[in-house]
Amino acid sequence: MAEIGHYALILALAVAIAQGVLPVLGYWRGDQRLLGIGVSGAQTQFALVVLAYAALSLAFVDNDFSLTYVASNSHSQLPLIYRLSAVWGAHEGSLLMWLLMLTGWGFAVSLSSRRLPPDIAALVLATMGAISVGFLLFMLATSNPFERQFPVPAEGRDLNPLLQDPGLIIHPPMLYMGYVGFSVAFSFAIAALITGKLDLAWARWTRPWTTTAWLFLTMGITLGSWWAYNELGWGGWWFWDPVENASFMPWLVGTALIHSLAVTEKRGVLKSWTVLLAILAFALSLLGTFLVRSGVLVSVHAFATDPARGVFILAFLTIVLGAALLLYAWRAPRLVSDGAVQLVSREGLLLLNNVFLVAAAAAVLIGTLYPLVIDALGLGKISVGPPYFNAIFLPLMVPLAVLVGLSARIGWKRAKLGEALWSLRWVALTTLIAAVLLPYVLERSFAWLAIAGTALSVWLMIGALLDVTHRVRSRRDRWQGLRSIPAATWGMTLAHFGLGVWTLGVTYAGLFSVEKDVRLGPGQSAEIGAYTFTFQGTEHREGANYQSDLGTVFVERSGQPIATLNPEKRLYPSQRSVMTESAVDHNPRRDLYVALGEPIGDADWALRLYYKPFMRMVWFGGVLMFFGGILAASDRRYRLERSALKAPVTSAQTAAT
Amino acid sequence: MTKRQSRMVWVGVLLGGVALAAVLGFKALRENMMYFYTPTDLVANDAPRNARVRLGGLVERGSLVRGEGLLVTFTLADCAQKVSVRYEGILPDLFREGQGIVATGALGDDGAFTADEVLAKHDENYMPPELAEGLKSADGRHNCAPFKSVNGNLASADAPALAR
Repeated sequence: MAEIGHYALILALAVAIAQGVLPVLGYWRGDQRLLGIGVSGAQTQFALVVLAYAALSLAFVDNDFSLTYVASNSHSQLPLIYRLSAVWGAHEGSLLMWLLMLTGWGFAVSLSSRRLPPDIAALVLATMGAISVGFLLFMLATSNPFERQFPVPAEGRDLNPLLQDPGLIIHPPMLYMGYVGFSVAFSFAIAALITGKLDLAWARWTRPWTTTAWLFLTMGITLGSWWAYNELGWGGWWFWDPVENASFMPWLVGTALIHSLAVTEKRGVLKSWTVLLAILAFALSLLGTFLVRSGVLVSVHAFATDPARGVFILAFLTIVLGAALLLYAWRAPRLVSDGAVQLVSREGLLLLNNVFLVAAAAAVLIGTLYPLVIDALGLGKISVGPPYFNAIFLPLMVPLAVLVGLSARIGWKRAKLGEALWSLRWVALTTLIAAVLLPYVLERSFAWLAIAGTALSVWLMIGALLDVTHRVRSRRDRWQGLRSIPAATWGMTLAHFGLGVWTLGVTYAGLFSVEKDVRLGPGQSAEIGAYTFTFQGTEHREGANYQSDLGTVFVERSGQPIATLNPEKRLYPSQRSVMTESAVDHNPRRDLYVALGEPIGDADWALRLYYKPFMRMVWFGGVLMFFGGILAASDRRYRLERSALKAPVTSAQTAAT
Repeated sequence: MTKRQSRMVWVGVLLGGVALAAVLGFKALRENMMYFYTPTDLVANDAPRNARVRLGGLVERGSLVRGEGLLVTFTLADCAQKVSVRYEGILPDLFREGQGIVATGALGDDGAFTADEVLAKHDENYMPPELAEGLKSADGRHNCAPFKSVNGNLASADAPALAR
């Protein structure tokens, strides 16, 4: 069965080469039949990769330890669900997953290709084919998951226990969907550069794909953060770890891209900037893959440390980015904008937002790559810590948040700043009052950072709702007004509201968290604020494929019992590794977090106790953005047939959104 | 404003934003850079005193001593030299004697290192590349008797505390 998977990959490579080359040839010659190969190639390739993926999954289900990859990452005692998710638990399999996603996106594009002009569809699919040629070559040459080994071991080495967690079942696929999804925007950008056609229709095709990629990336990052909080036992939700940064940079540029695409669609301007962002977003996704896979980073994610792989991905990145930028330099001057951008207009503010987002991405890029460059130049080994990223990132986010709120009352094309500000006077007043009161009411604090953070958060949340309330009020029949709001506007509202919720979480969890590491014996207790944590000792437990020490901690607030927490320390004998399972009592208002450190002496344990206000809001904000993305991508105007798009943009259409 | 002028304003705003980010970035970068040292570097006085640095080495067998509360001291060594490290807090799951770790902290005037963070990686055979490089001898290998080799097998003494 494994050999079938291997052959399927080789066949997929042949198909991908045809898919990457023939449609381009067809475009040059005006040959419709060659153009059509894009669609059939994408569908065949997807079927082949699905076959390969199924073959590998089956090998995991059957515990076929004759495959090196299965033997290294599975165990006969491993529960079935983890055996299935172990497919993407290490380097080779996660590449196969990458490829499955890439061809899956290609398949989806091919299904909707009848809405596109045949030449654009063919060029988009050809670009995607070329990308998968690179990844298939990479897999077959350096990282074949179907490699056999002899003698066959009787037992597997088990999946890394860190990955035996429900969060980890869905985090990588989500993240990969996002990473790989930007390949669609990238391919559309390449097609626009080759044909020189970048019009309203192009923007409308590209937007839902880009938003979909973005929403997956958003969810992937949110899940990763949530998982790290629960599973790593450090109680943090973001570490500015280079691999986190690797996923965050495409997110920042992708966010800039969906906003700049909105401008391109509505006003026909910023065309070449949009194309450049599409190229950069995908290049950063590839860079992320390089950083994670090459082993140049020291991180929880860096499991592959084969220099040949790093060199391959770096070469691939150079070719893709180099070719795309060359094409851009050559063809971008053809993409003429339909007008100019005024600073005080929605497109002006969106461009400013782009500047801040791209600057933030650049700052993260510098902090992530600088140590690598210094090391490569032999100037010493350095690392750049979280204080750098906080110092640079937060100041860039403040004006961005202010702009998001403001943009709700600024129209397209040209607006009057004075009028907009005046119409926001009550919102600003409410924001100020809330900003001074809330930190005091919630945390008895007048710290100016808390006031600033609360102000931004309230401003964002109210500002997000303004567009909706304004539309409702402008109709005589409120219900009619509510129903006339397009899904895209609801999506934007929800996502921006989510940003406000996220800001609230970051502000309070960041400023008012209390963290205590203590040594406690059974019956002893420690206090954090009004909360008393009493340690009851641990007992021994046997799990499916691990043994554990299960601790019991009673939490009381002012004498009233609140929760019983059971943090756990697990030993996975097959890999001889120890895992910390934290225990959290949470409500929207606060998290109480307990993790077992290590046993000291006979019955004492080191315990990690945290109080984190509004911690859930950080992830809840991300979830809101995710659903906002779903709403925005599902707007029915993106599903219009080609014929409907041929009509020139009327002012009514422009005004409608 | 003509079209051209307004475009220039935009280019100016863009460049201004990027320049501001660059200035802020490099200032913050300079303030938050931490250099990596080995025990040999520290003993040879190559590292600055009382500045935050990262120290990587192997935890010497039998050197871990627990003190009051969560205080621990242990010896961190490479093939040639050793440094005493003081740390108050919870050691990571993979912290074990014989294991390679990276401690972040500062070297005091007394020659002892006070760490505020200790990192051990999730794979017990894994070693931070910078550490592995620091441990190499002239012939490209290392074999320090008290420690396990970078690629060697696990000694039975590595069994985690839970296996009791």
